[in-house]
Amino acid sequence: MADHEIRLPDPGKLIVSSSPHFADPQTVQKIMLTVILSLVPACLAGIVCFGLRAAGVLVVCCVSCVAVEALAARWLKRPMALRDGSALLTGLLLGMNLSALTPWWICVIGSVLAIGLGKMIYGGLGYNPFNPALVGRVALLIAFPSVMTTWVTPTPGQMLGDAVTTATPLGTLGTLHRWVPDQVMACGGQALSYWDLFTGNLAGCIGETSKVALLAGGLFLIWKKLIRWQVPVCFIGTVAVMTGVAHALAPELRAPPLFHVLTGGVILGAFFMATDMVTSPMTGLGGAIFGVGCGVLTCVIRLWGGYPEGVSFSILFMNALTPMIDQFTAGRPFGARPGKEAAP
Amino acid sequence: MPDPWRFHGGVHPDDGKALSAQGAIRKAPLLEKYLVPLQQHIGAPPKLVVAKKATVRRGQVLAEPGGFVSAAIHSPTSGTVSDITECIGPGGSPIPAVEITSDGQDTADTCLEPIADWENAAPDVLKKRVGEAGIVGMGGAAFPTLVKLSPPLAKPIDTLILNGAECEPCLTADYRLMLEMPDRVVAGARIITRILGVKQTWIAIEANKPDAEACVRQKAEGTGIGVQSLRVRYPQGAEKQLIYALTGRKVPAGGLPMDVGCVVQNVGTAVAIAEAVLDGKPLYERVTTVTGTPVVNPGNWRFRVGTPFRAALTLAGGVKEDPAKMISGGPMMGLTVYSLDVSIVKSTSGILLLGPSEVSQFRSGACLHCGRCVDACPMLLTPATLSVQIENERFDLAEKWNAFDCIECGCCAYVCPAKRPLVQHLRRAKAEIMVRRRAAQAAAKR
Amino acid sequence: MTGAIFVLTVMGLLLGLVIGITVKFFGTEPDPKVEKIEALLPNANCGGCGFAGCSDFARALAGGKAEPNQCPSTNTETAAQIAALLGVALGVRQPKVAVVLCGGDNTKAAKAALYNGVNDCRAATLVAGGAKACLRGCLGLGACARACPFKAIEITGASLAVVHADVCTGCGKCVATCPRKLIRLVPTSATLHVLCSSPEKGAAKRKKCSAACIGCQKCVKAAAGAVSMEGALARVNYDHQPSPPGAIAEVCPTHCLQPALLDVTPVPTPAASASEVAHA
Ligand code: SF4
Ligand code: SF4
Repeated sequence: MADHEIRLPDPGKLIVSSSPHFADPQTVQKIMLTVILSLVPACLAGIVCFGLRAAGVLVVCCVSCVAVEALAARWLKRPMALRDGSALLTGLLLGMNLSALTPWWICVIGSVLAIGLGKMIYGGLGYNPFNPALVGRVALLIAFPSVMTTWVTPTPGQMLGDAVTTATPLGTLGTLHRWVPDQVMACGGQALSYWDLFTGNLAGCIGETSKVALLAGGLFLIWKKLIRWQVPVCFIGTVAVMTGVAHALAPELRAPPLFHVLTGGVILGAFFMATDMVTSPMTGLGGAIFGVGCGVLTCVIRLWGGYPEGVSFSILFMNALTPMIDQFTAGRPFGARPGKEAAP
Repeated sequence: MPDPWRFHGGVHPDDGKALSAQGAIRKAPLLEKYLVPLQQHIGAPPKLVVAKKATVRRGQVLAEPGGFVSAAIHSPTSGTVSDITECIGPGGSPIPAVEITSDGQDTADTCLEPIADWENAAPDVLKKRVGEAGIVGMGGAAFPTLVKLSPPLAKPIDTLILNGAECEPCLTADYRLMLEMPDRVVAGARIITRILGVKQTWIAIEANKPDAEACVRQKAEGTGIGVQSLRVRYPQGAEKQLIYALTGRKVPAGGLPMDVGCVVQNVGTAVAIAEAVLDGKPLYERVTTVTGTPVVNPGNWRFRVGTPFRAALTLAGGVKEDPAKMISGGPMMGLTVYSLDVSIVKSTSGILLLGPSEVSQFRSGACLHCGRCVDACPMLLTPATLSVQIENERFDLAEKWNAFDCIECGCCAYVCPAKRPLVQHLRRAKAEIMVRRRAAQAAAKR
Repeated sequence: MTGAIFVLTVMGLLLGLVIGITVKFFGTEPDPKVEKIEALLPNANCGGCGFAGCSDFARALAGGKAEPNQCPSTNTETAAQIAALLGVALGVRQPKVAVVLCGGDNTKAAKAALYNGVNDCRAATLVAGGAKACLRGCLGLGACARACPFKAIEITGASLAVVHADVCTGCGKCVATCPRKLIRLVPTSATLHVLCSSPEKGAAKRKKCSAACIGCQKCVKAAAGAVSMEGALARVNYDHQPSPPGAIAEVCPTHCLQPALLDVTPVPTPAASASEVAHA
């Protein structure tokens, strides 16, 4: 061995830190970007259905959310966290939860509310108890009820068609108060099939209509282990079971479960809103409880409440319960005897 | 035979063993000077029994056990005690140390006789030898072995497990030992079996070392010792997880393996015990892996205790690039070291260097609440909640949320996408809770 | 909607009623004397008095179980007021002030490595002892500053904890937070400090820090009994204060012997809470 010129480490360049010294390649930024990626099919489907108007809404929401985050971070003297991509995700989700006819300034207000009220006042990403995009949407719904429930008839393929307003099947069901399939399953004078509901050929928020695109994105996230399957499965399952029972008891009053699952924001909510990491429980069991809770509340609002749609409200409500669910489902340490007091 | 009981959580980091796995154990040449730290184990510091300028022989006692939970320290070679000074301990606090200047003769001390007929020797004689040889757990924890082999009467032991899992990535010292000295591994296992008088003895090896397993299995044939292959999952070699994987017994939270009738020993420790009994050789050298991408010639060496890292790295040909981290131990549980004058001690299983591109920094960001750490924690804790409590210095809450059960395996911080320094938080909480418990005990006594 | 509003209102009313009843039946009448004493106390809950907080102390005072001058954070005047309120005599108390016995900031103490981890001194000592070469020096991560209820400790830009004697009340809360045991409570009359706590040999220390006490003993001669050697480290005898301190301090070649600061600089808020990461 050559004794000369053996190079040894330079102690001045060594880092001291706690173990572990290896880390999984997963980062916050990668997670956010993957989730955004998984939303792309649904966004595209929305744009195909509702034309460039939808694209406009999405872009305005994304840009204004990012801008609000940047301004708020500067104003509050917090480190810029733009690169983690969470503001972009919030913007995208907010846009997907709006109608294609939403004026741009309402989109901007929604973004300010989502980022400002939903996230920054709590201290930024990770500290917010509620899903920011839903905070934005619900705030808008309360502030501008009529704008937020004006829907456009889908015109698949036409990018710049005239906007013909119409009602959503859920909205019609809400005003009729009974299950008249011919009237409810219609959109702009045309009859809808369940296949239309599944592919997205119906009125509604930009990102919620195409169930097939949403499912593709959602399954991708489950495969990537970025969301817990328990949440969507329990959420959708609960909705199906509860509305199924209601339908069986009063077939002429209540819509069948498939209708409830495929209309409104159930699929979008179950896969993308209720699974938001920051605001949903940390364990599988917690996720299941959370999903069931969301499902029950959604059904209660839809069947007996004043609003035709209840996904946003129910998820926000369950967000508030998340810390409790987490505490309740915190594991007993390995080797703890049953019955012995473990987690508080 | 697949392991019947799988522990919860765990991770599967890149194992990085290929770098040094092929390096047969080489004997490190004699150095001019050794700096032997006087605290190489958990427990009471030993009492120095040599004076400055004294002449010592290889294997001569430098320090005697300073209590029941303590271990003797022996001279790595013959020569003189040139200085009694201090060195940087593993936690960064200074600890006393003895400097031995070699006389080049390497004359052995002969006070420990080999016990040739150990198969018929009384267990107490063998046990005494373990104490005399200053043997401590060589997997990293450095707990005095004699204590582990002296369970109280109220805790009958029926199972001995030799831990050959070596689940820490990058380390190959135990692997090489099992491959090259399977007879010593088995002999050690039989000696400990005799000391403890246990009914069943297992040698547990992770399934990614089939060749080592085959060697050991061959030697173990007909001895009544079982060899068990284990699922490859970190931290398979953690005591509690290992016992669970083999026996399905769960060590109670806050308890010890002996509470479920088990004793776990590292295979390196077993070899040291075999050497102490068969050769009359105290523990003054060990096999250590020197590895990492910046290292020119990674491999496994038999180093004397007190060898400075500088000498070990020189032997491995130095580095190709300036490393960003120097670690004593493996990447998941090892301690960072910043001085080349730190010595190899009885529990140094590896010296690992990581290049700048391999090191990921811990960050100060908020917890995302993703729950990945909860899924990964083999102790079923909630590191996310715990770390926030600890950030707020709510150690009382952390204690309630079982921070003390953390085994510092590092799985949680490994998976955390926000790169939060979770293990450091937990270690801090454990230290703080320990202080509180002691204070409460003292108050109760008063 | 109306239903929900109704339910919430009724619930609110009921809860209010329950709380009202509980307070009425189970609450304790506040003692006016205790309240008056509390108003005089600093209400920093520093615990320097040996009680759980200011109200606890006030109750103990009212019950005759404590002395007014037990609170290190009130001045003599206020203590006298409390004593008058209680109708007891005021004992004498030696006022104290904290001092950090290390002068090795980043410009003087050598760095041995880069630290990445939780921004707290006690957490850093669990990780190879932080970044400074000297294993007895101030880590500068601000555990003491965060613990001080009066914000009297500043972490300087060069990562050294410095006590502002004018703000420090001598409550001693910081003392236990320092993992290197560098903080001492000394009489406010102290005029001189040896800003080094390392017992290492002079030559070894000199390599690690330009502000270390190198054990030259010049000060021992100059200070005539006020400074004595403890191994390789000079220590000030705080019961025996020399004057003028400036002249003695000048003999120290490394300026680790320093006259006590009695500065009135504004104190910035201590460093943010834990978990900041030093850059590599
Ligand atoms: S909390 Fe402790 S036991 Fe659990 S994964 Fe983290 S280091 Fe391991
Ligand atoms: S892995 Fe990290 S970000 Fe995720 S919950 Fe745990 S601490 Fe929080």
